[in-house]
This record gives sequence, structure tokens and C-alpha cells, in this order.
Amino acid sequence: MRSRDLAHLSDEALVALVARSDESALAELYDRVGGTAYGLAYRVLRDEALAEDAVQEAFLGLWRSAGSFIPERAKASTWILTLVHRRAVDLVRREQRRRAEPLEGTPEPAVGSAEEAAWLRLDRERVRAALAQLPDQQREAIELAYYGGYTQSELADRLGQPIGTIKSRMFAGLTRLRELLEDIERTAWTSTT
Amino acid sequence: MDLHDLTAGYALDALDPDERNRYEEHLASCERCRDELQGFWHVSGALGRAAGGPMPPPSLRERILEQARSERPKVVPLRRRVTTPVLAWAAAVAAVAAVALGLWSLGLSSDLDDANSKLAVLGDPNARVHVSEGGAANLVVTPTGRAALVVRRLAPAPAGKDYEIWVFEDGVPRRAGLFERPGVAVLSRRVEPGQTVVVTLEEDGGVDAPTGDPIFTASSA
Repeated sequence: MRSRDLAHLSDEALVALVARSDESALAELYDRVGGTAYGLAYRVLRDEALAEDAVQEAFLGLWRSAGSFIPERAKASTWILTLVHRRAVDLVRREQRRRAEPLEGTPEPAVGSAEEAAWLRLDRERVRAALAQLPDQQREAIELAYYGGYTQSELADRLGQPIGTIKSRMFAGLTRLRELLEDIERTAWTSTT
Repeated sequence: MDLHDLTAGYALDALDPDERNRYEEHLASCERCRDELQGFWHVSGALGRAAGGPMPPPSLRERILEQARSERPKVVPLRRRVTTPVLAWAAAVAAVAAVALGLWSLGLSSDLDDANSKLAVLGDPNARVHVSEGGAANLVVTPTGRAALVVRRLAPAPAGKDYEIWVFEDGVPRRAGLFERPGVAVLSRRVEPGQTVVVTLEEDGGVDAPTGDPIFTASSA
């Protein structure tokens, strides 16, 4: 199948093709998710070679596992990012190179088409807007953990708080984010139908 | 400490390795946490998409595809899916299993592949949990037959020995993977409803047919 034909398939359908060792489906998935995945790995690792390693291992893991690793209810792109993130934090802890500061002045990752780029930008703005609505302490715990690669116990040390407090902030923050993102998705859905 | 409280930390990859392992074992028996985790993964995925960061070099795409191409002969193709709903559970072949087995034997499996397969089985909210006779282990089976054994109480295998997992198909024991100590072991073979999973102690690297006494037995019925 030529890649032109694959453009209309969902991510999940592409994963099913990857499961049958369809290399062009793997290429198409990479074209859709690879840029975002690399951006995430780089944000955690702050190192080009390590970020490339994390992305490569996640995509090859997908290839080797023939798609069966994807839980039935998960979005394929979410799952790929989960794999990349897991690998990136494992690497960042091993390399002792954690950085908590946000990235400055880096270009947005490129994706296939202008339409996809617009969607991605919109998606990103929604998530950032939702994050901005969290209480500062919850946002800090989530950002340091997810983007900085800190464990809960390291965060407790760094922030001088009991670990129970850190856990509560993460739980409350993620629960609130889930509600905010669901609200946004529902609004976006009703406004377009 | 309450393991339920670790779901948020797990979804953010913010647990220490020990906690991560204990939480994965807990997931196997806690439907509430599996449900909650699905929701939190949705959020962490959104955080991932919002990360920003620079573009990858074009060479990365080529390198991934080239490596995938070179590994192709080791990939076992999926059997076609049967679409009848009643048969759907039996339809999807866990290619992961055969692939993982092949890769293990070739020494190419990485920790990541292992972690992926654990996540996929234990993170499946539709997975069913079967307690082994005596309660030393839980057998977790997803609707597509992917399975993991969560072993709680067992001494580490002595030097020169491995624990070997067997899936009985029509009374015939089939090799389904090795492990050395308590924890989560993903089976390299699909488990269908009614089949029995048995663990024996065998020579290092496993054997073609079980020689040891069953250490424990779990039925997926």
C-alpha cells in the first residue's frame, strides 16, 4: 500500500497494519506522532541523542510487539506517547540530567499537513489553558513529575513537603485536568454538530 | 500505604522502581485502579501532546524504518480476526506472545518491551483475574487472551533453575515463558477460557516438557 492510501486511515487502523508488519503503516504513524513524541522526549531529556533513542525504542517496541501491546480502549497516539515518556524518564533518571525549567524559544514540532498542524496547535492550547486553571501547587507537582522526570519522593525532598502531600496534589491535579479536558472536548463537540 | 493512591503517580511515571512494580501487581487485582488509570492516561497523553520541543532530525525516521526492516523476519504475522462477536475473544492472536518468545530466545528483548507488555495486560480494564489454587498467584487474562501471571509468594529460583510457565492446550503443556522471582511475568502464549496455566521449576533456560511438580495451577475458566 502506498503512503497516499494510508492518509485516510485512523491511527488505530495503522496500528493494525503495523501488526501485520506493514512498514509503510509504521512510516505513516511516525509521520503523525513522531514529531510530538520527539518533542516530548526532548523536553524531558534535554539531549538530542537521548531523545532520539527514546523515540526509536518506542516505535520499534510497537513494531516488535505487532500492536498487541495497545490496550483495547486506548488511543494509539496516547499509547505511543506513554511508551516514549516511560522510556524518557527512565533515561533521564539514569543520566542524572533532570531540568525543570520550561523550554524557551523552541519551534513547535512539525506534522504532516497544515490541517494536522492546526489541530495539534489547538489541542496544545487547550491543554495549556487547562493546566493554567489548576492551583499553582498542583500544576507544579504535575509539571515537575511529567516534564521534569521527578519521582514523587524526589519531589517531596525538593519541595520540602511530606510525600502524602505530593501524592494528593498529583491526584487532585490530574482529576481536575481530566474534568477540564472532558469539558473542553464536550464543548468542542457540541459546537461543531 | 494505600496502593490506590499511586495511580496518579503511575500515570505520570513518577513512581520509584519498587513502587512501580508493586503498583503493577496491585493493578492486576484492582478493577477500580484500572478504570482510573485509563482516565489518567488520557490526561498524561494530552500533556505529552502539549510538551512542545524541537523537531526530530530527518535521519531519525530513516533509522527507525531501517531497523524495523532488518527485524522483519522475526515478526510473526497475525492470524485474521474472526469477526463473529461470540468468537471475538478467541480471535485475536497475541502476536506479542510469539514475537516476545522469539525475541527472548534471540536475546533481543529489551526491558521496554517487557514493560510494554505488562502495561497492556494489567492496564486493560476488561481483563479478568483468576486466583491460583492456594492464592500464591493471580492469572490476568485480557479479552483477546493476552495473559500475565502476578506471583506474590514464592522463593526466588535456586541457581541454575528457572520457573517455567505452561499453558495446557487440550491437555498438552505448551511453553509460555520463564521467570526467576516473584513479580509480574507476561505469558508468551495466549490463554483461552477454560485453559489451565501451571508453573514448574525447571533447568535454567527451560525445557520442552514439564518435569517438575506443579508449584501452582490457575484455571482461566
